[in-house]
Amino acid sequence: MSATSIPDPAAPLRREWRRFTPAQRLSRWLVWLVVVAALAWAVRSIDIIPEFLADAPEQMADLLVRMWPPDLAHYYPAVHAALIETLHIATLGTILAFALAVPVALLAARNVCPLRPLNVLAQFILVASRSVNSLVWALIFVAIFGPGAAAGTFAIAFRSVGFVGKLLSEALEETAPGPAEALRAAGAPWGAVMLKGFWPQVQPAFWGVALFRWDINVRESAVLGLVGAGGIGVVLDDAINYFQWDRVATVLLAILAVVVVAEVVVTRIRARLI
Amino acid sequence: MSAAAQRGLEIRGLVKEYQPGKPVLRGLDLDVAAEGITAVIGPSGTGKSTLIRCINRLVEPTAGEIRLHGQALTGLRGRALRLARRRIGMVFQEYNLVERLSVMENVLCGRLGYTPLWRAWLRRYPPADIERAFDLLDAVGLSEHAPRRADALSGGQRQRVGIARALMQGPDLLLADEPTSSLDPKTAVEVLELLVRLTGAARVPVILNIHNVELARRFAQRIIGMAGGVIVFDGPPEALEPGHLRLIYGGEDWL
Repeated sequence: MSATSIPDPAAPLRREWRRFTPAQRLSRWLVWLVVVAALAWAVRSIDIIPEFLADAPEQMADLLVRMWPPDLAHYYPAVHAALIETLHIATLGTILAFALAVPVALLAARNVCPLRPLNVLAQFILVASRSVNSLVWALIFVAIFGPGAAAGTFAIAFRSVGFVGKLLSEALEETAPGPAEALRAAGAPWGAVMLKGFWPQVQPAFWGVALFRWDINVRESAVLGLVGAGGIGVVLDDAINYFQWDRVATVLLAILAVVVVAEVVVTRIRARLI
Repeated sequence: MSAAAQRGLEIRGLVKEYQPGKPVLRGLDLDVAAEGITAVIGPSGTGKSTLIRCINRLVEPTAGEIRLHGQALTGLRGRALRLARRRIGMVFQEYNLVERLSVMENVLCGRLGYTPLWRAWLRRYPPADIERAFDLLDAVGLSEHAPRRADALSGGQRQRVGIARALMQGPDLLLADEPTSSLDPKTAVEVLELLVRLTGAARVPVILNIHNVELARRFAQRIIGMAGGVIVFDGPPEALEPGHLRLIYGGEDWL
């Protein structure tokens, strides 16, 4: 009867195991609290205008009716030429981005460049590049080069440097140290260690990143024309400004087609490569 | 006698501290003749690898002096260090081959210290080097695997490529850091036999770190026993007795 009140003599000997310490449990709980609070705050700060929300379905239906049927005759030559220009912007921008990103990635990788201040500087460059949206880069380069494809190419390149450089420096840091050590032990100079020790290990990542970024850049360069940086966005902007919604539909379909084709091509090449 | 001291490797007062005040090597003195196999045995963590890596400066010694054929290796920097490293071959426990390169190119990697960068880049290696690489692949029995990628090979085959790569340097000294620890017992013996035969033919002295005392006895002309960062035994395999092993590894239940 009173068995429950008798303290278990073996209690001090019983060992307990928990996944987390009390401090860890508390901090995990706090993280969840912060996440929920941030979500609630974000929802409250979006201003939803009730009148606009109310007739949103009507507006959308109206827009679709105006777009249909698409003015396919408009495709050639105006949209076609702009589309080709978009592809040129994406391709040249990606190549330029790699030319800029490779040296920065080498400086950012701690196993390649042992100087901490240079690592930090390179990482800062990469973050700075990524923190600016490509539309903002485009506005800057339109101011420098004037409107046109040159501004678009540079905008694409500068936005891509951060992305490409970060992924390349991570690929460099994930390489096995053994092969490079063996080459160093054989008296190979720095360039040879890079070429034969590091490059074969990062090669799949390099081409994977190149294709993926090109794929992203095709999509990004489609909107750069909205700020005058060349490509198909210019045609899209014009059509919207003149309320030629059937032409807008043609442009949107052309962009969709290019993105789908790019996706298929990139997936095929990646499968061959890796 | 001084001429004999000029040849081979001299180590004087070698100290290595990874953390200040906690030396791994405590003032090591060692002379290695210009020929033959010298096996270094000792428990894990006693500084065998550190010793070998101090010689080719993959690990920076804290104090002491190392000379190879009279040339001081300690204190070398930059280009001079690279030129000295070209004379020292190394074989690793985990092979350290470049996995995505072919067997042939891995062997040619041993010559990277001599090959101009543009040749390595365009894979236009000097014909004499390619000829020598084929000879070495013949010697380790892997000629028909030359075009295969290194990651397609078995452990024993990889270590043979590692040996061929080290000999490709035409070294004055070969360092082998646990070359057989990742291999099964039969393959380990085969690889060691190969190493001993080829380095004997090329008259290259070998410093061999090895866990397996029996293999050390079988293949080495000289055994160095290390414990606690100092040498506690130095002599021919016949002289190594259970008492020495107790001194090197501690305890006696395992004997």
